[in-house]
Amino acid sequence: MKPPAFDYLRAETVGDVLEGLAQEGGNARVLAGGQSLMAMLNMRLAKPKLLIDIMRLEELRKIEQKGDAVVIGAGVRQADLLAWPDLAEALPLVALALPWVGHMQTRSRGTICGSLAHADPSAEMPLTLVALGGEVFLRSAKRRRRVLAKDFFAGMMLTARGDDELIEGISLPVVKGTRFAFREVARRHGDFAIVACAAMKTSAGVRLAVGGVADVPTMRDWPRLEGSALDDALNAFAYELGARDDVHATARYRRDLVRMIGRDLICEVLQ
Amino acid sequence: MTRLKADHRHSVRVTLNGKLVQAEAEPRTLLSDFLRHQIGATGTHVGCEHGVCGACTIVVDGTLTRSCLTLAAQVDGCEIRTVEGLAPSADRLGVLQQAFRRNHALQCGFCTAGILMSLDHYLSRNRSPTEAEIRDLLSGHLCRCTGYTPIIQAALEAAAQLASSKKETSDA
Ligand SMILES: Cc1cc2nc3c(=O)[nH]c(=O)nc-3n(C[C@H](O)[C@H](O)[C@H](O)COP(=O)(O)OP(=O)(O)OC[C@H]3O[C@@H](n4cnc5c(N)ncnc54)[C@H](O)[C@@H]3O)c2cc1C
Ligand code: FES
Ligand code: FES
Repeated sequence: MKPPAFDYLRAETVGDVLEGLAQEGGNARVLAGGQSLMAMLNMRLAKPKLLIDIMRLEELRKIEQKGDAVVIGAGVRQADLLAWPDLAEALPLVALALPWVGHMQTRSRGTICGSLAHADPSAEMPLTLVALGGEVFLRSAKRRRRVLAKDFFAGMMLTARGDDELIEGISLPVVKGTRFAFREVARRHGDFAIVACAAMKTSAGVRLAVGGVADVPTMRDWPRLEGSALDDALNAFAYELGARDDVHATARYRRDLVRMIGRDLICEVLQ
Repeated sequence: MTRLKADHRHSVRVTLNGKLVQAEAEPRTLLSDFLRHQIGATGTHVGCEHGVCGACTIVVDGTLTRSCLTLAAQVDGCEIRTVEGLAPSADRLGVLQQAFRRNHALQCGFCTAGILMSLDHYLSRNRSPTEAEIRDLLSGHLCRCTGYTPIIQAALEAAAQLASSKKETSDA
């Protein structure tokens, strides 16, 4: 199908974006890489009156390491971050997860922040943001605020972002001297995950974050668990995620994957 | 700041395969439709309009792009490459196109324009790709005819040929 009619605004400054969002509120949509929004428009799942294109704003296209965090602007495409020479060193978990986001032909356009704004429960970047404990920088014409990853995702495709707010960027902590692991199961590589898991070794033990099962990416911190204690913890977590049946997989299969992949990844990072 | 009104047509200018072209588009006009209907460049195919099948893949300012997920208004002033730009001249095929022909890498040809653009873009940046890399690239395309094996074969053959001589030859 074809998109419904809307005005198109090519922003030249962040002020243009904020002004457009302030005026139109929920009737305006930010257009970033378009890899989710354009499909929704073509399917008429969204009918905004105004699209605000932010991709010509050079100031949003920055990847900067600031102390022990990496700040990624709203204009940074997934392919830009993958090609960032310091990625493996500074953000090893992102280096593991990002190649699973769509295909080369969609990562070339899609942005990191667009994926977070879209908040698909199966998406890899929201999972990574939650696993690392990152922050989202929101800005409207009136104010600026920072929201922690755990408070940002509010439900399936719902976030804490207000209608008048631009995600200006995010910050991901650089965690040195630990081990990370990532794995997902999808119908084909590049499809949305049926279950995606990220694990990291923490000072107190281990952290596991799971996407694709609950409405939002969800994480747990555990002390160093082994044997049946680990099995019990994973089993309880798998049930707490409230898996449902859908066309891709049954709830039971999803719980199986959480237990299996969870165990593998935890053993991998703790070994 | 430019605000284009929903119910008006606006001029969009692009460089298409090296030639400056201009036509009108509403803000909601997809780049795929702009190319096919306004410009008349029907080499770019349209399958799903969800970004999934890859038939509409083209190159915008050096970036692989689903033209069905892009607005014509977004590419005003940009440089666009489509399948029409691949052959060195009207009666000759490029190295990659020849390899497709030799390997029967197309049957109905619906998916082919998009796949050629992805491969052309990739091979111009990666001179010695592995089969795994080609397969990963092709995950962004659906082909309902060939079973992909001949496409992979053609891509690897073209890569080898491009590596051995940078000069394009033709048997067409
Ligand atoms: C074939 C295909 C396969 C895919 N597979 C995957 C996959 O496996 N995993 C995955 O995670 N994703 C996948 N995607 C989605 C892709 O990652 C998108 O790039 C991403 O979801 C959205 O990013 P975008 O920059 O394209 O945003 P857009 O599509 O432009 O926008 C998406 C939404 O976010 C809003 N938005 C965007 N940027 C901002 C901002 N800065 N501030 C406020 N709001 C904003 C928009 O208004 C819109 O509502 C796939 C897409 C396609 C077409
Ligand atoms: S038509 Fe664009 S990806 Fe299918
Ligand atoms: S050749 Fe027919 S779909 Fe690929």
